[in-house]
Order: sequence, then C-alpha cells, then structure tokens
Amino acid sequence: MSSAQRAWEWFVGKVIRLSGAMAIVFVILIFAFLLRDALPLLRSASLREILLGDTWLPTSEPPKFGMLPLVLGSLYVTVGALIIAVPLGLATAAFISEVAPRWIQEILKPTVEVLASIPSVVFGFLGLLLVGPWLMELLDLPLPVFAGLGSLMLAFMAMPTIVSVAEDAIRSVPTALRENSLALGATRWQTIRRVVIPAARSGIIAGTLLGLGRAIGETMTVLMVTGNAAVIPEGLVGILRPVRTLTATIAGEMGETAYATPHYHALFMIGLILFVITFLTNTIADIAVRRSGGVAQ
Amino acid sequence: MSALPRTSPKVSQAVAFALLWIAAVVVIVPVAAILAIMLLKGGKGLSWELISSVEEGLLPAIAGTAALVALTALISAPFGIAAAVYLSEYARAGTLVRLIRLAIVNLAGVPSVVYGLFGLALFVTLLQLGRCLLAAACTMALLVLPLVITASEEALRQVPRRLREASLALGATRWQTIRKVVLPNALPGIITGLILSVGRAAGETAPILFTGAFYGLTHPFPRSLGDPFVALTYKLFVDATEFPHVEEAEKWATAAVLVALVVAMNLAAAVFRARLRRARRW
Amino acid sequence: MSSDANLPIKKPEGEIKLETHDLSLYYDGFHALKNISVYIPARRITALIGPSGCGKSSFLRCFNRMNDLIQSARVTGEVLIDGANVYDRTTDVAALRKRVGMVFQTPNPFPMSIYDNVAYGPRLHGIRERSALDEVVEKSLRGAALWDEVKDTLRKSALDLSGGQQQRLSIARVLAVEPEVLLMDEPCSALDPTATFKIEELMIELMENYTIVIVTHNMYQASRVSQYTGFFLLGDLIEYGDTVQIFENPKDQRTDDYVRGRFG
Repeated sequence: MSSAQRAWEWFVGKVIRLSGAMAIVFVILIFAFLLRDALPLLRSASLREILLGDTWLPTSEPPKFGMLPLVLGSLYVTVGALIIAVPLGLATAAFISEVAPRWIQEILKPTVEVLASIPSVVFGFLGLLLVGPWLMELLDLPLPVFAGLGSLMLAFMAMPTIVSVAEDAIRSVPTALRENSLALGATRWQTIRRVVIPAARSGIIAGTLLGLGRAIGETMTVLMVTGNAAVIPEGLVGILRPVRTLTATIAGEMGETAYATPHYHALFMIGLILFVITFLTNTIADIAVRRSGGVAQ
Repeated sequence: MSALPRTSPKVSQAVAFALLWIAAVVVIVPVAAILAIMLLKGGKGLSWELISSVEEGLLPAIAGTAALVALTALISAPFGIAAAVYLSEYARAGTLVRLIRLAIVNLAGVPSVVYGLFGLALFVTLLQLGRCLLAAACTMALLVLPLVITASEEALRQVPRRLREASLALGATRWQTIRKVVLPNALPGIITGLILSVGRAAGETAPILFTGAFYGLTHPFPRSLGDPFVALTYKLFVDATEFPHVEEAEKWATAAVLVALVVAMNLAAAVFRARLRRARRW
Repeated sequence: MSSDANLPIKKPEGEIKLETHDLSLYYDGFHALKNISVYIPARRITALIGPSGCGKSSFLRCFNRMNDLIQSARVTGEVLIDGANVYDRTTDVAALRKRVGMVFQTPNPFPMSIYDNVAYGPRLHGIRERSALDEVVEKSLRGAALWDEVKDTLRKSALDLSGGQQQRLSIARVLAVEPEVLLMDEPCSALDPTATFKIEELMIELMENYTIVIVTHNMYQASRVSQYTGFFLLGDLIEYGDTVQIFENPKDQRTDDYVRGRFG
C-alpha cells in the first residue's frame, strides 16, 4: 500500500467515524439551541409563573406566560388518545401475531403501514371537515372542534407505532414457550394471556411509550381539530371542549412572532419542555426494548 | 378440582378472540372508509385543470413538495449513509455505539414542530439563510436522518460477511472493500430505505411552517434554493383552516393528491424491495 | 432374521394405556408416519429409538395432539387413550393435554418465578386458593426431585436455574397438572451426564404412577430406563417389544444394525 493510499484510508476512516457520532452531536445541538432561545424568557417571567401560571396571554400588556393550560391541554388530548390507541393497538398486535388467519394478516399489516404513512395534516383535515361536524351533530356539541376529537385522530396516528413494536415483541416470544403452555392443557387464549403477553411485556411497554411520544409531539392534527382555546380543561366534560396543546401553540403562534421577543423565547421554552418529555419517554422505551430483546433468548 | 365456580376456559377464549376480531375490524374499517371517502370526494374535485393550473391549481405545491423531497434526499443521504457505514462496518459494540443508537432513537422521537424551531434558530436565523427552500430542506433532512441511518444500516448488514472476507483476503483495505463490495451490493436496499425515509418529508408540515413554506407567493415556483415555496401539506393546512372561500371539492382534491403521493412512495419502495428480494442471489 | 416386512406387533401383557391403529401422519404430501399400530402398557417406561428424522417425535406428538399446531399436518387412523380416540371430533384438546403431559427436548421455563412456573398449570385449571397451590407446588417439586434445591428460592426467576434444574422444573410443571401419561421428547439431550442421571433416576421413580413414553437418541438411555422399546426408521415402526429382547436379540436385521451402532 502506498503512503498516499494509506493516508486516504486513514482520512476516510476519520470522516466515517465522525459521521457516526453525528447523531449524538445533533441531539446535543438541538438541546443547546432550544436552551439558548428559551432561557431569555426567564428575564420576563419566573420559572414558577411559567410552569404553574394559569393564563397564557403572550401578546397582552403585560404578557402572561402561564403554560399550565397548554400542559394540561396536551395531557388531556394525549391521555385520551392513549385510552383509545393502547387497547386497540395491543389487541390488533396480538390478533395479527397469534389469532388471525394468514389472509387477514396480509390485509392488516399493509393497512397499519398505510395508516402510518398518512400525513398528520390529512388527519387534521379529515377531523375538521368530516369527523368533527359529524360528532358535533351526534353528541349535540356546541363546537365541531374539541379535545376528544384530537384524541380520536391522534389515536389512529399513534396506533401503527404501538402495533408494530408490540407485534415484534410478541413475535419474538419463543414458540417453545407457547408449546409448553399448550402441552399443559392451556387453551390458546390462556397461553396468550398468561405466557406470551407477560413474556413480551417490555416490548409492549416500549411500544406504548413510543406511541405516547408520538402523540405528545403530534402537531398539525391537534392544531386543526382541538379548537386552540388556551383554557384549563375542567373535569371529564373537558374532553368535549376546545383546548390548546403545547405543540399547537408553537405551530400556531411562531409565524406571527418577532425574533427575540419574550413571546419568541416563550415558544422556544415550550419546545424545550416538549424535547425533555419526548427525550425521557424515548429513552425509557429504548431501555425497555433492549430488555425485551433479552427475554427472547 | 376447584371449589370456585368459574367461566370455562373455552368460553373465555371465545369471548377474547371475538374481542380481538372486533379490534381488527375497528382498525381496518375507518382506514378503508377514509381512503374511500378521500378517493370519492377528491376524485370529484380533481381535474387536469386543477392539477396543472399555476394560479388556482396544485402545480406550484406539487413542484414545491417535489423540490423539497429531492433536496432533503440529497442532503440527508451522504450523512445518513456515512453514519450507517460507521455503525455496520467500523464500530465495535461499546458505550459509544450504545449512545449513538440512543441518540438515533431520540432524534426519531423529537416532535416535528421542535425540528421546526431548531431549523428556525440555526438555519434561518443564525446561518442567515432566511425562510427558504434550502433552510426547510436542511431542517427536513435532519428530521429524516435517523430513518435514513436505520434503513441504510439494515441494508448494509444484509450483505453477507463472506463477501467482505473474500475481498479482504485479496488484500483490499477496509475502505476499498466497503466501496467496491459492500456499498454496491447494499445500494438497492439503501435506495429503498431512502425512498421510504424521505417520503416522510412529503407528508410533514410543522418543520416547514417557519423555515420556508409560504402561501400566495409572487413567484409560484422557487427559482433558487434561496426562495420560499409552497408545499402540498402546507397548502392543505392553509386551505382547510384559513381560507373558507376555497371550494371544498378543491380541498378534498388536494388531500387526495397528497395521500396518493405518500402512499405511492410507500408502494414504490415496497415493490422495489420485493423485487430486490427475488433478485438477490445470495 | 427377516428384514423385509415389519413384524406383527405383539400386545404386551397387563393394562394397556395407549394404543394406535393404522396411524399415519402426513406433512403436506410427505408421509411421515406409516400405518403405525402399537400398544403401550400402563405404568411402564416405553422408549422410542431411531435415527433423527425417523418420525419418533412426530409419533409422540400424536398422543397429545401437538401436531395440531402444524398447519400442514394431517393424521389418519386411531390413537386411543384408555380405549377412547383422541382424534375424535368431540375431544377436548386442552383436557387431553392435561391428561397427557409432555416434557420437551430443551427446558423452557416461562419467564416467571419458580413457584409461578409450577403453579401455572393448576391455576389454568382453576385452582386459586393459596394453600392448595402451595401444596401442589411442593408436591410436584418433590416429585421432580427439585424441592430441596429450590425450596428457599421459590420466588426467584426460573431462568436463573441451571439447565438440569430447568428440565426438572419442566417435569414438576407437568406433574402439577396431575397427568396420567408423561411424554418425554429427548428430555436429556441438552443436559450434562450428571443432570441426565438425575432425570433417569427420576423417571424410574415416576414409573410407579405414570405411563411414560420417552423418545431418545441415546440407546444406552433406552436400555437403562425402559421396559419396552420401539425402533423407528423412515416413518415405519420396524420392531416393538421387550427392551431386553430388542437390544439383545432383535428379530429384524435393521434393528440389529441400529442397536449395534452400525448406522444412525
């Protein structure tokens, strides 16, 4: 090997190694930039006012940056979405991998994939023009946009994630465990419920967490169908009233905000909160996925 | 055997399986209904005029989306493939790889609107690109990067080890082996993954909201990377929420075109992949 | 010694627990078991030997209908337990498998505690009371000669046990559902000699109360533990009879070749 060749080999190796670490660099960069543009907000309001304040009026005089209504709005919509998506998603995953005849599997799997690929703005559009008005009439609601509608649309968006991760986990449970259970006189359902699902538990938890991350971070759908009223939702009936989520606030307001104003920093603060929440859920989910890989051995 | 009266396992199984069937139906039916309604309503509003008209039609949005997707692919591919080559060919299991994988998972989980904020802060403001096609594509490239890395790595790992060993045994260096043997064999798989990943870019709205997408442009088509643009997703969003005078048929047509485009990209990748599997000789 | 036609099957003396008549098994088009007729005596150990792929495991799995799990498998003929056909349309398969327990080639503890593994079957079949479960668990673990080793660690994960302990746990798990028959599919193939010896001892103890059918690759094992032996070759039951006779005085040339280690 000539020395030029050796130098080239060395250089390429370095470049590729650097690229490898790029993902880490970008996570840190995103965090740093959010921090940089979020922290100046603390000059306009205290952390306590920001996190616990119940009024979000960023353009009034003086502005109020209470994010509690937004946090609760996100919580309402997300929890609602999970209540629909988790049981349905897990049932579908169990159905696909354990119960369905092959031809049904072949319909269901691509259906879930198509569902995953439909853009969020299309879900918002459908909610706004089709499902919302229909539910308003059906339930006799004052408005066609409300928290529960966001939950419903989000549920269908988070479901593919839940289904595919949970299905992988269920599939990786060794066949021998199923056989052992059946050989002890268990029915197929007893085997699924008592052996397969417990063995796939970590993967199922991971799928749920990833679905949760997806639902919290979803933007366009909730921006379009939840009504965007920054009020603290009250009780159960709150799901039938408009709310505003963290993501929708950023998407709805950043367009009209001047650079480096307190409002601008406030929107970055929201971004920072979202980043931290999704970072935590994804990291925990990742650990759970790794653990479920251990069970399969 | 048991003193307690209880439901027979047979009956619980029948009930449980019935519920699972219902769950599957609850998933399939709405999706099928949505696609059907979309085709029906969108098809009615769809005309060649609507698609091809520059002033009233979808052409600028289609062109904008196409430009965005192409540029996103161009930017994300080299970085993503290089990172994948590192993970599959250079890296040894350890803390660094563990951290990289965790970072990839987290990048994939960052909400798209947060990518929008990051793009605004870095590309639009700090690097002074302004709100334009390039800034939007850079933002989008970052968003699809974890997908590109994951898909490319999978394609690289499909290349059998004996091909690498054969090349190394002939005295090729590591990089020569990668460039002459591994990458060419993995290329079809990488391209499939790339199509699927950048397909995401066609469907995303939030990251381009404040990095380059506009409505009612003086120049409907971007003339350079520094121009703002309109995308299908963005147009659908604005039409649906801010311009009630746009005819409903047109909105449905826009939505149908968008869904058709995204589903078509997925189908293309699926077909491509199926062919690949059949053609593979190892 | 003849080697052309299969020898007529002699009915062993005493009580018969399992029998098959003209049993055939097909995977898609492949004829995996060919018209097998056999009588398996109660409370004895019957060994099934033969080279791999000869159909002995498939045969074993007919008695508890585990072949049902393979979609392409089709069965003709009769399999009787206490004179009743297990392939009858009205058979409750779960109830059948409770009567006919099975120990697999590799131990497969469920990813739960030792206690929960053993209590799994009884719970399935409706036992809920703590005291009753405790009793079954202890009895089964004692029956599987594992109690003394694990009585203080019942709450620990079964995955932490050694291979031999895991296999005895699998046996305890089967005993806990109080079966009448124990099918063992090469239960020692994944174990070291010491663990194998323990399982063999255990089988001889269990013979008092259970009808045991064991598939084994190991001819010495078959000759050590069983009273009856069947030799399978390419889906045929070549010879079946008293173990001593099969090993010392086989009537078929192929059996002779196999037990003398000329092929396999």
